[in-house]
Amino acid sequence: MNAPATPTRRRALTQSTITLAHGGGGSAMRDLIDDVFLSTFSGAGHPAPEDQARFDLAALAAKGDRLAFTTDSFVVDPLFFPGGDIGTLAVCGTVNDLAVGGAVPVALSCAVIIEEGLKVEELRRVVASMAETARAAGVAIATGDTKVVARGACDKLFITTTGIGVVRTGLDVGITKARPGDVVLVNGLLGDHGAAILNARGDLALETEITSDCAPLHDLIATLITATPGIRMMRDATRGGVAAVVNELAEASAVGVRLDELALPMRPEVQGFCEILGLDPLYLANEGKIVAVVPSDEAEAALAALRAHPLGRDAAAIGTITSGRPGRVTMATRFGGERIVDMLVGDQLPRIC
Amino acid sequence: MRFVDEFRDPALARALVKEIEAISARLERGRDRPFAIMEVCGGHTHAIFRYGLEGLLPDLVEFVHGPGCPVCVLPMGRVDDCVAIAEREEVIFATFGDAMRVPGSRKSLLQAKAEGADVRMVYSPLDALTLATRNPEREVVFFGLGFETTMPSTALTVLRAAREGVENFSLFCNHITIIPTLRALLEQEDFGIDGFIGPGHVSMVIGTEPYRFIADEFKKPLVVAGFEPIDLLQSLLMVLRQIEAGDARIENQYARVVPPHGNPAALKAVAEVYEPRPTFEWRGLGSIAGSGVRLREAFARFDAERRFAVPDVKVADPAQCRCGAVLTGAEKPWACPEFGKGCTPETPLGALMVSSEGSCAAYYQYGGLRGEAA
Amino acid sequence: MCLGIPGRIVAVADEEAMLCVVDVSGVRRTVDVVCVAAPGAPLADLVGAWVLVHVGFAMSVIDEEEAAATLKVLTEIGEAAAEMEALTAGAIAPLASQPAGQE
Repeated sequence: MNAPATPTRRRALTQSTITLAHGGGGSAMRDLIDDVFLSTFSGAGHPAPEDQARFDLAALAAKGDRLAFTTDSFVVDPLFFPGGDIGTLAVCGTVNDLAVGGAVPVALSCAVIIEEGLKVEELRRVVASMAETARAAGVAIATGDTKVVARGACDKLFITTTGIGVVRTGLDVGITKARPGDVVLVNGLLGDHGAAILNARGDLALETEITSDCAPLHDLIATLITATPGIRMMRDATRGGVAAVVNELAEASAVGVRLDELALPMRPEVQGFCEILGLDPLYLANEGKIVAVVPSDEAEAALAALRAHPLGRDAAAIGTITSGRPGRVTMATRFGGERIVDMLVGDQLPRIC
Repeated sequence: MRFVDEFRDPALARALVKEIEAISARLERGRDRPFAIMEVCGGHTHAIFRYGLEGLLPDLVEFVHGPGCPVCVLPMGRVDDCVAIAEREEVIFATFGDAMRVPGSRKSLLQAKAEGADVRMVYSPLDALTLATRNPEREVVFFGLGFETTMPSTALTVLRAAREGVENFSLFCNHITIIPTLRALLEQEDFGIDGFIGPGHVSMVIGTEPYRFIADEFKKPLVVAGFEPIDLLQSLLMVLRQIEAGDARIENQYARVVPPHGNPAALKAVAEVYEPRPTFEWRGLGSIAGSGVRLREAFARFDAERRFAVPDVKVADPAQCRCGAVLTGAEKPWACPEFGKGCTPETPLGALMVSSEGSCAAYYQYGGLRGEAA
Repeated sequence: MCLGIPGRIVAVADEEAMLCVVDVSGVRRTVDVVCVAAPGAPLADLVGAWVLVHVGFAMSVIDEEEAAATLKVLTEIGEAAAEMEALTAGAIAPLASQPAGQE
């Protein structure tokens, strides 16, 4: 793509449906990129359409001492669900992946694969959500790509976002750093996203008010880091839920983890949803929840900081790191019974019989 | 949640465990092996693991996990038949979620779906009927499985389809009945079970009367139990009290849900739609006379087995598997040479490793802490 | 086998089709009530009742008196255990420390 010497008048998309022509490299594609993506992502200050975003290294270096770099692909059925859509997910997911590493998120890329036949209106809604969420998270969507594929070659819309951020100087958090005695925290109610998505698919014909918890957590995490200088690790508890994160950290840090069933914060509706379908809420996905491990003497300060933030009001200490068998996660049931919390093989399927 | 939370009270649990310990201490003298109490129902097995109940019990008392997981006892050949139906061009195959991963000899429904079969997960057979009315050009087949609890729901759905004239709906019937199977188990020579925790939700349909023979003929106590941890502990205590008193009676701990004579409307629907099969094959247990049902002639048009020619091939379980011994309580899951080696939840050989109600999967995932130590 | 969950009937969905709406902790679902409806009585009579729901069918009306009776027995066991504990901790503590059996 060559940059015109002076920006020309904005090109507009007139069709109501995406077709293969919009991915063909011709003027239809230019119209799509201009009208749907560039105008929404950069508003009035429409940058020259270069093939890459460029960053001032000195400005980045002033924010910290390491570059963080991450990528994630988003596929979700349905595209729109209570509490968000694929666009909010695509921004929050990558912002959160940067933030849990102790980085201040700086910029994202946005690559989309569109199935022909997608309504332009739907695409606009998704892109608007991305722009709004990015603004709220203080990141720029700085570069992108668009492909259109034949019907059946993808499911409506896939989005990949790649993000860069700068890790705060001296801060060293990581999945290998949990130590026996540390405390495991979460910033709020578990399982909302997983339940909302399963419900939004409609196959189960259930009605609930449960909405996705999808949210960018950079600000909450900044607060947490300030209050907890010795913080060991953070992870967002997305696919596989809290169970997957604690299993990963138990293995990586070669420690045991003991969760406390009574301490798990959960909405009654999510509990009801899980009871009806025979699901275990520990494995439900979240999109606005982190698991954090902090030294025990900082746990109180960490919890107070989380609870003072709007996205951490229901924060709780849900377990401790132990010197038990490395990699083993157990849970104290409400009777003082104990069970193992393992990783799942695949998706959790409703258990009915 | 009402009727749930009250029965998950930790203080009550501690009191019950104390009572169980006291009885166990009194029964200890002269006893060379633990009292083996079989919970027949897979839902009970699941609750036992979910709440870590095994770890609370004295050494002298152990749960033996019985054959009451309909997904686990489904023979491989029937899964192959499912897959064959599901792979037909015109078919939408609707199923409960937990049946999707059960391995057939070639593939599971999940694999068939990945390869293009139109397999839909539903919560209720009613939702399969809705699929049929919404897709009149397709054949919707519902995978009917489960014990007496689930039978009324599919029977009523077939009756509804007949009443509403939904012609593109049919049922692949794999329903099984627990009573003939309990009898078959009890008639085994080396059956070392001292008492039973009876299936609560089966009993809400059939009542408590059908278990009478267990007490009368076989002199074993049975207590019909609810599904919350307090229900299970209380029922276990009731069984142990009978053992201590030298009694063998049928008791009902779950009276809030289980009426003594069951549910007449449900039984009527079942009798109207289904008739017993001469025999039905159970995975790991072999064929058991009178343990399965099929659609009556009057409902033949809703019978997927008659509507589609199914291969109906018998497939033997892998020879090294001990599924049968585990299902009958003769062996613990970890005694099987394949447990955790050739047979894991990722690559299950036997169905007990597939369903979360299967005792092998339950031990593998929730941790047979005792087994690990052994 | 047979996951079932208590829910409360909150509305009649379709009188003729014998369908009601059940609420489980704020999650609602239309269920078939053929197995719990009294013959000839209007479905509105069921509203407010607690039922046991299995795969979209109300299978049993929960008997609140029986539930209370079960809980009463449980509470008595709980109280007896608490008394025993108080006793063993107090007056007869020396006795409790003696071996229970002489094998």
